[in-house]
Amino acid sequence: MLSSYLTIAAILFCVGLYGALTKRNAVIVLLSIELMLNAVNLNLVAFSKYGIMPSLTGQMFTLFSIAVAAAEAAVGIAVLIALYRARGTVNVDDYDEMRR
Amino acid sequence: MFNIDFSGEFVAFFVFSVMIISGAVLMVSFTKVVHMVVSLAAVFIGVAGMFILLNAEFLAFVQVLIYAGAVSILMIFGIMMTKHQEAETEQPRTMQETLTAIGALALFGILFYAIRQSDFPEPQAVPDGTADNTMAIGQALFTSYVVPFELVSVLLTVAFIGAIVLAKKEAD
Repeated sequence: MLSSYLTIAAILFCVGLYGALTKRNAVIVLLSIELMLNAVNLNLVAFSKYGIMPSLTGQMFTLFSIAVAAAEAAVGIAVLIALYRARGTVNVDDYDEMRR
Repeated sequence: MFNIDFSGEFVAFFVFSVMIISGAVLMVSFTKVVHMVVSLAAVFIGVAGMFILLNAEFLAFVQVLIYAGAVSILMIFGIMMTKHQEAETEQPRTMQETLTAIGALALFGILFYAIRQSDFPEPQAVPDGTADNTMAIGQALFTSYVVPFELVSVLLTVAFIGAIVLAKKEAD
């Protein structure tokens, strides 16, 4: 059963990677990164039940990673809105210089 | 390898996997950004169902609250605060997308091969915290994980104040 969960997480991670590298809208790029973080969380929880030493540690790590990911999403959206004010676009192709 | 018994857990696992994979694939194939966010909410709810299957009920509720609730709404706010094109209209970057697809598929192939090759030993003990998951997590959080817990609270405070400062309109 463990390998099934790991496979689902691998699929989720690869789809998130594809989205993060190909999408133009910066919001969607942020969401694809959240997708990859979710895949990692799924792995952690799966190992916390089916690993060789089952314990709560994987679930605690998942809790902390969810908290850090929420902070990352908030800061990411704030940076995106500031960038949008400065550039007038959310297209990541146009964010190719630090200042102008 | 494929010794499948049609238990309730397998059926639930199958339903949640279909939800996760179809949501993720729809996310990369939709063209309107709001539709992408909605399909991602389906992925988050599917992952919460997986957490329930893995005896992590508290994390499942946290997942629904934080991801399916807060993060999705935050991203929709982000889309509405910026001038999004209704759909991605520019010409597709065929070269880059093809190369990325090949790379992602190769990564999945490597991961799948590794997962299939390794044999995972049977768990040695019954996992603790199966009876009352929320209470076990609370006890662990306030005994052995006090310092990381407090650090997370500091991190969240700093991050949200920073987000407000960044997104605030300039005074001048």
